Amino acid sequence: MATSKGSTVSGSTTEKSSSLQAEILLYLSTNNELNTWSYAKERGLDHQLVVGTIRSIESLGDVIKSEQHTSRSIGLTDEAKGLLRDGSYEYNIFQAIPADKGIEQPQLMKLPNANIGFAKAMSKGWLQVDKSSKPPMVKRKVDTVQDEVQHLLQRIHSLELTDSSAEEVVELKKRKLVEDVTINYFTVTKSAGFSTNISKPEADLTSEMLQSGSWKTVNFKPKNFHAKGLLPSYGCLHPLLKVRTEYRQIFLEMGFTEMPTNNFVENSFWNFDALFTPQKHPARDVQDTFFLSDPAVTTKFPEEYLQKVKEVHATGAFGSIGYQYDWQLDETQKNVLRTHTTAVSTRMLYQLAQEKTFRPAKYFSIDKVFRNENLDSTHLAEFNQIEGLIADYNLTLGDLIGVLYQFFRKLGMTKLRFKPAYNPYTEPSMEIFSYHEGLQRWIEVGNSGMFRPEMLLPMGFSEDVSVIAWGLSLERPTMILYGINNIRDLVGPEVDLKMCRRNPICRVIPAKSEE
Amino acid sequence: MPTIGVKRSLLFQQLGRTYTDEEFDQLCFDYGLELDKVEPIPDSTDVEYKVEIPANRYDILCLEGLSRALNIFLQKTELPKFTLSNQKPIRMKILANTQRIRPFVVGAVLRNVTFTPDSYNSFIKLQDKLHQNLCRNRTLVAIGTHDLDTIQPPFIYDAREPKQIKFRSLNQQTEMQADEMLEFYAKDTHLRRYVSIIQDSDVYPVIYDSNNVVLSLPPIINGDHSKMSVQTKNVFVECTAVDLHKANTVLNTMLTMFAQYCCKPFEIEPVEVEQADGKVIVYPNLAERSESVSVKKINQRIGINIDAQTAAILLNRMSLRATVLDTDTLRVEIPVTRTDILHFCDIAEDCAVAYGFNNIVKTVPKTSCIGNQFELNRVSDLIRHSAAEAGFTEALTFTLCSCSDVAEKFGKTIENIPAVHIANPKTQEFQIGRTTLLPGLLKTIFKNQDTQPIQLFEVSDIILKDATQETGSRNERHLCALFYNRTPGFEIIHGLLDRIMTLVKIPYNESQSGNEGYYLNNQYEDSAFFPGSYAQVIVKGQNVGVIGVLHPNVIEQFGLKAPCSALEINIEPFV
Repeated sequence: MATSKGSTVSGSTTEKSSSLQAEILLYLSTNNELNTWSYAKERGLDHQLVVGTIRSIESLGDVIKSEQHTSRSIGLTDEAKGLLRDGSYEYNIFQAIPADKGIEQPQLMKLPNANIGFAKAMSKGWLQVDKSSKPPMVKRKVDTVQDEVQHLLQRIHSLELTDSSAEEVVELKKRKLVEDVTINYFTVTKSAGFSTNISKPEADLTSEMLQSGSWKTVNFKPKNFHAKGLLPSYGCLHPLLKVRTEYRQIFLEMGFTEMPTNNFVENSFWNFDALFTPQKHPARDVQDTFFLSDPAVTTKFPEEYLQKVKEVHATGAFGSIGYQYDWQLDETQKNVLRTHTTAVSTRMLYQLAQEKTFRPAKYFSIDKVFRNENLDSTHLAEFNQIEGLIADYNLTLGDLIGVLYQFFRKLGMTKLRFKPAYNPYTEPSMEIFSYHEGLQRWIEVGNSGMFRPEMLLPMGFSEDVSVIAWGLSLERPTMILYGINNIRDLVGPEVDLKMCRRNPICRVIPAKSEE
Repeated sequence: MPTIGVKRSLLFQQLGRTYTDEEFDQLCFDYGLELDKVEPIPDSTDVEYKVEIPANRYDILCLEGLSRALNIFLQKTELPKFTLSNQKPIRMKILANTQRIRPFVVGAVLRNVTFTPDSYNSFIKLQDKLHQNLCRNRTLVAIGTHDLDTIQPPFIYDAREPKQIKFRSLNQQTEMQADEMLEFYAKDTHLRRYVSIIQDSDVYPVIYDSNNVVLSLPPIINGDHSKMSVQTKNVFVECTAVDLHKANTVLNTMLTMFAQYCCKPFEIEPVEVEQADGKVIVYPNLAERSESVSVKKINQRIGINIDAQTAAILLNRMSLRATVLDTDTLRVEIPVTRTDILHFCDIAEDCAVAYGFNNIVKTVPKTSCIGNQFELNRVSDLIRHSAAEAGFTEALTFTLCSCSDVAEKFGKTIENIPAVHIANPKTQEFQIGRTTLLPGLLKTIFKNQDTQPIQLFEVSDIILKDATQETGSRNERHLCALFYNRTPGFEIIHGLLDRIMTLVKIPYNESQSGNEGYYLNNQYEDSAFFPGSYAQVIVKGQNVGVIGVLHPNVIEQFGLKAPCSALEINIEPFV
């Protein structure tokens, strides 16, 4: 069934039509023009069949073109078509009379339309009536007659006679055998793609065609390129995590090692104290940080390190005057949901400082952090933080600026500027701004700085080791990238899955390298 | 970050010129401030600049400090020298009871001050700013300022039983007993948040003059008697505190900012405070700390190359007093206003700010390292891609949830679930860390029910209590997948599990026992799942998760209408 999909219409009409197609095309190959009306009349074909065939040829493509015309003419009435076939009534009356002896009149009048035929034959002088006998006898008055009416009808039917004002035509109109008609016909000419060898095209290639080789001779319908295709069934990754993959890739390209950040619960020591964040700092307020009631505290710490951290806070050490306050052990024991991934960086740096000989390190992470903040369209209680750091001898602020240019260049940002800022654990601290060409303004894209000696020296690093670091959120640049205004449209259970499924490939395009 | 509001006209008057908003924004940017907003002042052509101040710069929390710092930065003026007058100091005595509630008091006098309505307003606003920030909402330090001409020194700082304290508080018509007063202020929109600082104590801190006039009931309210006004000439400032270091900072900030309106500008009259043990200490302590700083070290940290002379000029522009000792050494006097300078690195940063961060030549560190992925993250990403390739859509849901999200909604009780609990959630949504990814995915389906089927997955961490860990807790990386449709489609979820197992090269264990391969153990029931449609996923003999058709009760609890099959497994064993 599939093999004949292009030509499933069956029966004699189709065959007649397709042979007519061929004939019409053959005709056109030798003639400049085809008039459907006269073509049909000449071949004794139904005009509608010819028009229909022309239409079907046109549907195959740019093979022929047709132009519609209208003309006034005369045509036979239905009654006249009967006369054309069977002869005029008067002729039939005449023929019904035996040539030698005549016929009784009542017998003759039983013929169809005998009244009209008898009257017409009488007026033409074909008959005589012998009223002496009972019933009266009708006899031929002449030996032979011509059926002029049928002949006229034939001439009209074959378009020999088209003048509606001719005397004999007017006579036939009176007899309601001829009427004025309007003809819609077409003149057909060859078009650019003309060929006598056409057939209804197949919709698609099939494996049977390939095997039989019929694809070589069969015409194929062109594909529709103006409609959309059928979507495949597919799964997809989340838009935010696609951006995460890009950032992760950039760090890996730059030679950074990923930190193990799979510990959302952290204690205040590693989250705050080790980062030289004083115990009365607003960030440690219940208004800003999620504290845990269960498990509420951590009691195991590297004791020697803890004492140094306590000292640098409370009384100052390592060249710092410290914050000069009463540092509390129970405050450092409190478990929190980590407020930044820098807590993990701190653990990693502490481990690094414990190694016998210092080795330079480049670390990064992208993972969740938690803030007990007031929520709005751009703030959630949890978000992803991107963080990178380099530990080496004698790194400078200029090195940090250089690395930030390298990093942000990979994100397509080349116009950066830096604002002095404050952060408890970095000094100098810089806010990073990038000029956004689309928004036509400078936007803050991250924070950065050099870790304070009060953070590094208690770990055991020597004074000439510096650590430069920077961080940014994953959600904010993603919202700018996708033009999303409400963070709940990007993450969380309220996200419209259709948005995720329509989301394009994420390709963060780097700027060209510096000249 | 604190934000202060200053009238633009007054600021430009202090700066000696006008700026366009863009120009002033740039000046702020260079100094490390931020012009946050420009707000119109009603019935005036003037506007108010809202300027964001770094949280450690208490010396620029008012118009006086801001304009002084900027003028010094722009080299229009020099850092003033703060001096103590030679007048015989007023005395203040601390009584022993105060040690039980709020042990410290410091104080000083601003003599012959001339306020204008604007400068008086600034004086009040600075107290508010300090109370909000450094004073941690008056818990650590509380400031009281008084018209000295209305009260009679010496002053007494005592702590007495509430019923023994009775006075007319600021702007009130009648006297109240201190306990009544606290109940009264518990209803006050501004003061109610301070009431709890002392309310439960058996004694309340109070300051009297020698005529038994109450100056203040710290940290709540001053007395009406010593109330200041724009006409006040002589100002007595006292700060009561639980943190002496911060009390000194607060006192010094108030004095150094407003001593510029004294008839002898920047001269401050000291107060001697007799401690509970009889020792006498004179306040304020305006001694400047002196540091010897290596210019080479500054250059080294910042990545610039400037000489000692240039470094000294840059530091002076940042309100530090630097003088050149030799080609590599500066003597830097750190004024009392710069309590943010803790270490050499703070001085180096100030030098960099004045040099201009954006003038520093960028360099690229030579640090050479090979990058490595965290293996758990690498495996997670591979599994995420596989789940998406299998036709599942990835969701990203919240780590925090309510107790009922993991317990009641699944027919369980929270006591039996090893969840970590949050002590201070602001809403029910943040009671615990999730112990399963299921609730987040079911909520995602709830919001997307209209098109079925839904094939959803997530690979994320859950949090479990674990006493063997340092913090008593650990994360666990899970894969969770759901199929939601008119029929549960368990075979689809089951097929996903089989597919994942193929990908991580774990064969099916036909024998359904032992420590090889994986199989499903359906010997138990779970209230979250439809009876007979639940199994544990056993990998290498270990139970790593669950698979099954969710119980209709669970479907109802999450507001869903169609059946759902689910898979949730720990993927850490595949690393």
